[in-house]
Amino acid sequence: MPNDKHGSSPQTTNGNPENPYIPMWLLAELTYACPVQCPYCSNPLALSASRKNELSTQEWITVLRQARKLGAVQLGFSGGEPLVRTDLEELITEARSLGFYCNLITSSIGLTSEKIAIFKQAGLGHIQISFQGSNRESNKLFGGTDSFEHKVAMTKEVIRQDLALGLNFVLHRHNLHQVGEFLAMAESVGAEFVELANCQYYGWALHNREHLLPSQEQLVEAERVTNEFRDQHQGKMEVFFVAPDYYDNRPKKCSNGWGTTFITVTPEGDVLPCQSAKVIPDLEFPNVRDYDLKTIWQTSKLFTGFRGTDWMIEPCKSCPEKEIDLGGCRCQAFLLTGNALNADPVCDLSPFHHKVTEATEAAQSAPEVVESKALLFRNTANAKTLSADQ
Amino acid sequence: MTDFDIETTAFKLNPQYQFQWEEAQQCHVLLYPEGLIKMSVSAAEIIQRCQQTATLDGLINELNQAFPDAEGLAEDVREFLQDAQRQAWIVAAND
Repeated sequence: MPNDKHGSSPQTTNGNPENPYIPMWLLAELTYACPVQCPYCSNPLALSASRKNELSTQEWITVLRQARKLGAVQLGFSGGEPLVRTDLEELITEARSLGFYCNLITSSIGLTSEKIAIFKQAGLGHIQISFQGSNRESNKLFGGTDSFEHKVAMTKEVIRQDLALGLNFVLHRHNLHQVGEFLAMAESVGAEFVELANCQYYGWALHNREHLLPSQEQLVEAERVTNEFRDQHQGKMEVFFVAPDYYDNRPKKCSNGWGTTFITVTPEGDVLPCQSAKVIPDLEFPNVRDYDLKTIWQTSKLFTGFRGTDWMIEPCKSCPEKEIDLGGCRCQAFLLTGNALNADPVCDLSPFHHKVTEATEAAQSAPEVVESKALLFRNTANAKTLSADQ
Repeated sequence: MTDFDIETTAFKLNPQYQFQWEEAQQCHVLLYPEGLIKMSVSAAEIIQRCQQTATLDGLINELNQAFPDAEGLAEDVREFLQDAQRQAWIVAAND
């Protein structure tokens, strides 16, 4: 699963031999509308400029009820920017009353101290605020909005109102050197949980990869600074460092195992096993307007297609490690090899591993000054240009 | 937040954690930001009683009455709560 840390969640099963897995996590992508234009966004390259087909409040409530019945417990309100929706309070209230633990994953643009209080009252458990840089200039350069001071103010406000807070800093070759500065900022405002997440290269990030992929030296240095900070602040702040998988020689499990733990529902109601699955052509994405989530989870071709190991071809099929990584990420396999059945080419046993090493070799040159013109920012105008090109 | 003496200070479930029965998993769980802990039956008996303000002696008395045949209960409860405190599942009641 791109750009997140949830892949380490333990699988939970329900004893049903037909499909023993419980979708513990529901990611509700409420809208693709977003004031931020990160060039590494995990949303699809094809973004609709119109919001008229978004699920209604009532449709989302039906989705929440169906997911809860399947045993989902963690709910992420995401997007785009979920604060763009005007029914967030209503959705949080319903979700909490159903027994979800509610997480809001936000840029904080549109957040106010009043909204924090309202959401807390409605039952929100946790707010994750993303930063695009460790200072005003770089946050503006990579997010496309002048929002750094607001993010810091909202971070302080979430802490003041005693709501669980996580800070998320997405890393790439032009801000990896800011890790120390970011951690110092997080400490100064009293954050207890920080995620330093390197871009994972799907969608917009793949399109911009040559400008984003860091060198090995940069990564080693950023990890050193992070470890030093951890040693000095033990017990006060938890810091996660998510490295880009391009520098591994074994892949990570796709979404903790395709169709075992996660359900993503897109703004228009398509149901995906991970946020990126739409990059794989020829897959049919069932929609909550046509089927209930139980049918989709249990029997749809999409969810059963890559579940387990039966679908594998060589070299995965006979690999003694196939149960460990389940062949890695299906999206990455398709994006880099043209066939979603292939081994994730991060694996050095893959005949396409050179696709990854060619990219990392090219990334070893010292980071040049970033030219924002060189990056393709995530917005509907660029999405339109891309789809016209294709 | 976790810096209190469990022997002398009243405590309660961390208000940022959510404790509930999960039908699909047939167990109690403790939910927190982006995570979940499955509770054993005995852990759930203890955590359930931390939903209100509790003390170590009070909890041990209460559990001894509920489970009079349980051997070594006091020490098990103390150890569990010390661990729960380290993990920030419980916090001082006046926090």
